[in-house]
Amino acid sequence: MRREYRTIKSVVGPLMMVEGVAGVKYEELVEVIMPTGETRRGKVIELENDTAMVQVFEGTSGIDVPETRVSFRGRGIEIPLSSDMPGRIFNGLGKPIDNGPGIIPERMMDINGAPINPFARDYPNEFIQTGISSIDGLNPLVRGQKLPIFSGSGLPHNRLAAQIARQATVLGREEEFAVVFGAMGITFEEAAFFIDDLNRSGAISRSVLYINLADDPAIERIATPRVALTTAEFLAFQRDMHVLVILTDITNYCEALREIAAARKEIPGRRGYPGYLYTDLSSIYERSCRIKGRRGSITMIPILTMPEDDKTHPIPDLTGYITEGQIILSRSLYRRNIDPPVDVLPSLSRLKDKGIGRDKTREDHADLSNQLFAAYARGKEVQELAVILGESALTDLDRLYFSFAEEFESRYVSQGYEENRGIAETLDIGWSLLGMFPRNELRRISARLLDAYFNEGGGRP
Amino acid sequence: MTAQEKYGIITKVSGPLVVATNLSGSRMYDVVRVGDKRLVGEIIELSGDTASIQVYEDTSGIGTGERIYRADRPLSVELGPGLIESIFDGIQRPLDEIRARSGDYIARGIEIPSLDRERTWDFVSAVAAGDRVQQGDILGTVQETEILVHRIMVPPGISGVVEEVRPGNHVITDTVAVLRRDSGPLELSMMQQWPVRIPRPYGRKLQPLDLLTSGQRVIDTLFPVAKGGTACIPGPFGSGKTVVQHQLAKWADADIIVYVGCGERGNEMTDVLMEFPELTDPRSGHPLMKRTVLIANTSNMPVAAREASVYTGITIAEYFRDMGYSVALMADSTSRWAEAMREISGRLEEMPGEEGYPAYLSSKVADFYERAGRVVCLGGDSREGALTVVGAVSPAGGDLSDPVVQATLRVVKVFWSLEDKLAFQRHFPAISWLRSYSLYDDAMNRHLEERVDPAFPRLKEEAMKILEKEAELEEIVRLVGIDALSGPDRLFMKTARSIRQDFLHQNAFNDEDTYTPIGKQFIMLDLIIHLHRRLEKAVHDGAPFAAVESLDIDDEIASLKYAPPEGLDPGELKKRADAEVARRTAK
Repeated sequence: MRREYRTIKSVVGPLMMVEGVAGVKYEELVEVIMPTGETRRGKVIELENDTAMVQVFEGTSGIDVPETRVSFRGRGIEIPLSSDMPGRIFNGLGKPIDNGPGIIPERMMDINGAPINPFARDYPNEFIQTGISSIDGLNPLVRGQKLPIFSGSGLPHNRLAAQIARQATVLGREEEFAVVFGAMGITFEEAAFFIDDLNRSGAISRSVLYINLADDPAIERIATPRVALTTAEFLAFQRDMHVLVILTDITNYCEALREIAAARKEIPGRRGYPGYLYTDLSSIYERSCRIKGRRGSITMIPILTMPEDDKTHPIPDLTGYITEGQIILSRSLYRRNIDPPVDVLPSLSRLKDKGIGRDKTREDHADLSNQLFAAYARGKEVQELAVILGESALTDLDRLYFSFAEEFESRYVSQGYEENRGIAETLDIGWSLLGMFPRNELRRISARLLDAYFNEGGGRP
Repeated sequence: MTAQEKYGIITKVSGPLVVATNLSGSRMYDVVRVGDKRLVGEIIELSGDTASIQVYEDTSGIGTGERIYRADRPLSVELGPGLIESIFDGIQRPLDEIRARSGDYIARGIEIPSLDRERTWDFVSAVAAGDRVQQGDILGTVQETEILVHRIMVPPGISGVVEEVRPGNHVITDTVAVLRRDSGPLELSMMQQWPVRIPRPYGRKLQPLDLLTSGQRVIDTLFPVAKGGTACIPGPFGSGKTVVQHQLAKWADADIIVYVGCGERGNEMTDVLMEFPELTDPRSGHPLMKRTVLIANTSNMPVAAREASVYTGITIAEYFRDMGYSVALMADSTSRWAEAMREISGRLEEMPGEEGYPAYLSSKVADFYERAGRVVCLGGDSREGALTVVGAVSPAGGDLSDPVVQATLRVVKVFWSLEDKLAFQRHFPAISWLRSYSLYDDAMNRHLEERVDPAFPRLKEEAMKILEKEAELEEIVRLVGIDALSGPDRLFMKTARSIRQDFLHQNAFNDEDTYTPIGKQFIMLDLIIHLHRRLEKAVHDGAPFAAVESLDIDDEIASLKYAPPEGLDPGELKKRADAEVARRTAK
């Protein structure tokens, strides 16, 4: 049934009120037909009696009250999906923008998805080697995990994400990931960087890109991550692929959400963001998963820039409560040319314990990473102390920790964006760094592993 | 009233909130079915014949003009054999059954009974014809799992004379007893229903006196919670709330565990689901799952069902308490529950209180925790049951001035404060020894004196003093360096480090370290404090601190956490410590 109305009552920001409608459903797809013949898409976000509130994805500019027609389509927003999508570039709503042909759908799927039954989930426990020591060694990623990168304006999060997309592989099987890339409100240069990097490594042929640029309609961004994840679900669970989803920048997405909340005159929560930001973000993040009995998987790396590098800002804060850890980039490391500038101490991967160890990476992985964390934490404390007291006030042991922290940053964390380190290499660098300590300082490692791997005095390069 | 008049008509749809008219005669908290898809909803506001309904399923595809179907009963749970080992959603629908019917994703409008109607249970009667029974009396028992005897009770508000009992194999809806009452005969089955928002009745409340041991050293020794007590774990993300909750669910010495995953990660529920059947209960030797009920409303499941999930969980927990069991409920996280309240309140356009939370937030939080307690149950045998409630709180930005944290701290008796600074150092559990507290300390000390060792409370006190002293000294070290400290002060720093690293730090993922029996906790702390006293005396007598800064016994203390408790000889350890101190300080 096609129902068209010319009864627009008002237009406020991205929202439009349509009167006198009948049979309209909540979250139904709406087509707005402009006097020029141009068609825009929107969805119903509130219904009251015979009035529908419609959020228009492509913006409301040019809508005029008497001439514009509104058509309710009787279904949710669906996108066409096919196995031919890898290698293609689309806009934030799924229209091709690479001058290629339209998608011949093998299947249409609603972009909102449905909640995964927790009983159907399979626990993520397969280690993904990213080739980056500060991730693989200390905060490893596993298949089906959602691990965001918390960054700040001007930090090289895009280079890190591109490196992960290029290098990620599951150990022993050398299977490659399909990459689904969802860009929300990023600049042309950032988008071009990703496309170039994927082209350069040849990964473009296994990538699907959805790109909403900074000057594209802000409201379109609400749909972009959902479109990207629907594609990922199709490739993972209908076509048995392992999919890595990169979403950037979640901060822009949240701002679009706030814009709609403000237009609806909702009671704002913290910093003007709507009270349901947590629920809304989780409907995106929780779509990463493994499912029992299915071969594919969805692993997600959302990127967000923390306003003023503040981790307690609602966007990183709520994200951290939903995702399974976080990789935090540090401005001070970046200034000292430590690349990638991963701030190891506050970074975390919650699922690492099930993904590492004997038969997965190596038996010494867990103890070794705990010891490196503890030693680096102490080293950083000593460095702070030295700033106040001067290095001469440190004990010999403290001085050891002091130089450990420096060596750790320059040899372990710093590796550049081209080096692809195997996990064994990463672990060996860790052991060689610990070699500068006397054995009895290494309390987090069991005696058996120390016997097997520890080489006292081997720490100095 | 004709069937036609029983329908309400939807006039507004706004996210999880639906407004409908033509609902006169409905009561607050009645369950309704919403729209042609027949989604489950609950009336949360009434005004004339208009009702506001919170819907427990996603409302997309619902339109104005669709019907509301009334059920004329409040949101209730089914209670009976079959609860244990189940995983339910926020309104007690079995998730395994939902998967069998609708696949990997949760479909909407599914109607499935909460408890399996086809499974038979062997009902062993405990009463005979002619017995007079009252509410709470035990009619009979069912061996639900290897370790749990499910007691079938006379539901609250009912009494009479037993006319007939039918032992043997029955499904839960079969009649197992018939009561004769003045108003006529009443058939009772093994299942009862109870509205989730109303606390189940009990005889009277008692003071909590017994320690709920969890095998977690920082909790059992320093900040214990009592059976029937309340505790909260606030902390920023990444500080290990969920791991602490999981550890409690695994190792707490309760008869029943109800774990409510409220608005948290899906993979964490999967973790519990996959791990619990593999783990064995240290007391019974059977899989932990055999005493566990799971409620899962993950963060991407509908928000209104999140609001209901904690009530569903606590009602099930109360039901087992009424049987005379010690029950522990873990809610992770109560902040998500409060946020669900906030979202619904916002959609109702209520005047907001602090940070947009409804003004009734603190009374709801207080009502929830007050459902915990040690009680004399209903029934003629005066049996005692206990319900311990542990809630995680996820304050925005880790800020403890968060309204949910503050509302919670006003009612709970134990506060485990998680600190991200400790988490960065990978000191887990990251429970701050300086900021946490337990108001059950006095009662628990008596328990420890009687059941473990009379010296235990003194050891605790001394350990706390050393840790506090360390915090003071750290300030000085920060200013003037460690070399400026006197010998006795350096000793304090050394012992404090040992308490922190060798006692408080505990690795949840190490097979031996994950659970420490309370007796072994005493041995460990006793040895650390014993060594400290020895060294204190030696340093006082003039021995240079450098001589004892690093001892062989230190390494032994450090490895105690990985040693099985059976082989420990505390006397021998102390002797060796004494000998080494004597050797090092001898001139």
